[in-house]
Amino acid sequence: MLHLLWLVPAFPILGFLVLALVGPRLPRKLAAVVGVASIGASAVVSILVATDFLAAPPANGAFRQTLWSWIDIGWFRPQVALYLDGLSLVMTTVVTVVSFLIHLYSAEFMADDDGYSRFFAYMNLFVASMVMLLLADNLLLLYLGWEGVGLCSYLLIGFWYRDPVNGLAARKAFIVTRVGDTAMALGLFLLFSHLGTLDIQASMSRAASQWPVGSGLPIAAAALLLGGAVGKSAQLPLQTWLPDAMAGPTPTSALIHAATMVTAGVYLIARTHVLYELAPPVQLAVAIVGASTLVMAGFSALTQWDLKRVLAYSTISQIGYMFLALGVGAWTAAIFHFMTHAFFKALLFLVAGIVIHAMNDEHSIFRMGGLRRLMPVAFWTFLIGGCSLAGLPFLTAGFYSKDLIVWAAWSSPRGGWALWSAALLGVLLTGLYTFRVIFVVFFGEPTAEVEKRPGPAMTIPVIVLAALSLVGGLVELPPALGNLPLFSRFMASALPPFEGGGGGAMSEGLSGLVAAVAFFAGLYGAYVFFVRRRSLANQMALSRPGRALHRFWFADWGFDWLYDHALVRPVVWFARVNKGDVVDAPYRGIARVSQVLHHGLSLTETGRVRWYAAGIAAGAVVFVGIALIL
Amino acid sequence: MLPVSMGQGLLLASFLFALGLVGLLVRRNVIFMLMSIEVMLNAAGLAFVVAGSRWSQPDGQVVFLFILAMAASEVSVGLALVLQLNRQFKSLDADEASVMRG
Repeated sequence: MLHLLWLVPAFPILGFLVLALVGPRLPRKLAAVVGVASIGASAVVSILVATDFLAAPPANGAFRQTLWSWIDIGWFRPQVALYLDGLSLVMTTVVTVVSFLIHLYSAEFMADDDGYSRFFAYMNLFVASMVMLLLADNLLLLYLGWEGVGLCSYLLIGFWYRDPVNGLAARKAFIVTRVGDTAMALGLFLLFSHLGTLDIQASMSRAASQWPVGSGLPIAAAALLLGGAVGKSAQLPLQTWLPDAMAGPTPTSALIHAATMVTAGVYLIARTHVLYELAPPVQLAVAIVGASTLVMAGFSALTQWDLKRVLAYSTISQIGYMFLALGVGAWTAAIFHFMTHAFFKALLFLVAGIVIHAMNDEHSIFRMGGLRRLMPVAFWTFLIGGCSLAGLPFLTAGFYSKDLIVWAAWSSPRGGWALWSAALLGVLLTGLYTFRVIFVVFFGEPTAEVEKRPGPAMTIPVIVLAALSLVGGLVELPPALGNLPLFSRFMASALPPFEGGGGGAMSEGLSGLVAAVAFFAGLYGAYVFFVRRRSLANQMALSRPGRALHRFWFADWGFDWLYDHALVRPVVWFARVNKGDVVDAPYRGIARVSQVLHHGLSLTETGRVRWYAAGIAAGAVVFVGIALIL
Repeated sequence: MLPVSMGQGLLLASFLFALGLVGLLVRRNVIFMLMSIEVMLNAAGLAFVVAGSRWSQPDGQVVFLFILAMAASEVSVGLALVLQLNRQFKSLDADEASVMRG
């Protein structure tokens, strides 16, 4: 069954081609069927492959399928080949299943949109690129998928292109991630020029045997790849594009900017983990980037009024957790958190889409309220998603994955109390901003009528994702709660195990307990500020330091301001000053001279035969004269 | 017969050529311009003949025959053009037909 693997990217590509070529001519129903069924088929195939992989794991824990030679120049021969191991299997399965649910949801969500088939064409292309990125056997193919998802992200953020604001957001996302991608391309060049191969597994084993730990080359390569990962995954300092990317349709935000594409950086680092183990300073940088991002994004999420932007900042924050886990060497925990995050964050976005639809495209949480009674399905599913996001102990998937990371931040030899307390602060903030949204949107008095109720195509994916957000964590139970490390055992063939060791006075159970306390503190804080004493929150926000802090956090810690003043404005200013383009001046001069000559010489063209004859005669006299004199 | 020196012959030829050239430049009537060209061609032919007789070679007279043939064809084409010109512009003035000025 494993040889069916090529069908996983093939179905979405086929769907994209059909929709791109004849999409606008298809009836809307048929376009939706093509768009959803291609992803559905892809998800079915990946589940079949996964069950086969689990039942009979291939030798060495990996399966390789070579499709064809992409380029064949002498010894440079990158293949179009798929590589399936525990890591890519988990990610591919999660991506295709979540994509299928979101496509199903979109079929109804986008029903009234003009660009219906265009939307599905982009989405299918995105899934194809994402699967290509995950299954790529060599770095070149991985880069193809990497750029493909970037392109689809751009196309989908600017999907409603008639509004210039959306186009601006799309360009911002494209350019900011391009900064990271350039670094990543340089990293790939470096790896290729020093290791002589683009094959991921071969280059990693060569790196491990050729480069000593902590030498310059692995540090440079790992740092450059980290640049790419930071850009794609919206981590500090390239996180500014993700909140603006919410301009796209909500299913896009759920699929690309929450569940799948933004975790590509996590995948890249996990895929090249050998390199990061050779470069301890860069790995520490990964942990620090993750920890600081998760705290900063948490504070920013607290101040947003746009429902989707709250979720965007929480995505940044949760990917910060994954980076933190990668940085302290808990590779499996990062992938585990990716999986649970894909479930609950997709769920939250989809419910947000339902709520925003119902409120007639109102994004502000303060104009919503009391939706608990009006929309019970949305309320319960959002509550489950929110609890999973914030890490409600024992019941939700998010608790298990986050608990693992918090514990890893403490017990890893690379971790310590600083990373651990940042992770805990993150838990507190997550609880606070999640329940702020839940209390404001779903409790209190209803402020608006429900305009539109979701149909089954929107409700079913939401309920499935809610179920997954609850049970998805049961594949990995910590020692204190049953000790069932199925997930780690499965990933052991692809990623090195976590070397805990440290811990000292703290035990894993105690760390989990503290995380649970932090969660309840966040929940209680949100309850006090947004249900019982609403005036207290307002007073705090209106006091002088409160207002300044609010503005600072609301503006994403001034990063947009900084980049605007340090980069965007100088470039725009220079472009305006140099409107005439100095470099062009010599060429324009040549054009000018020939123009003058042309005007002068065209005066001699009188059209009179006698004038020409005189010219010939004068010329003959001159030439004969010259011949005589010389 | 009194032999003609080459200097005298060439002087006559260049006088005739200059006469033809001046006629070509000052006349506006196309027919007179064609006649002036005829004079210039004959001046060139005369120069060939004089030169041939100076070195007692027949080549000069051979070339003159070529010039005669060329002049005949030139006149036939020229007259056809004159007819066309007259039909187009209702006049034989060469300056009238200056529509191709730059």
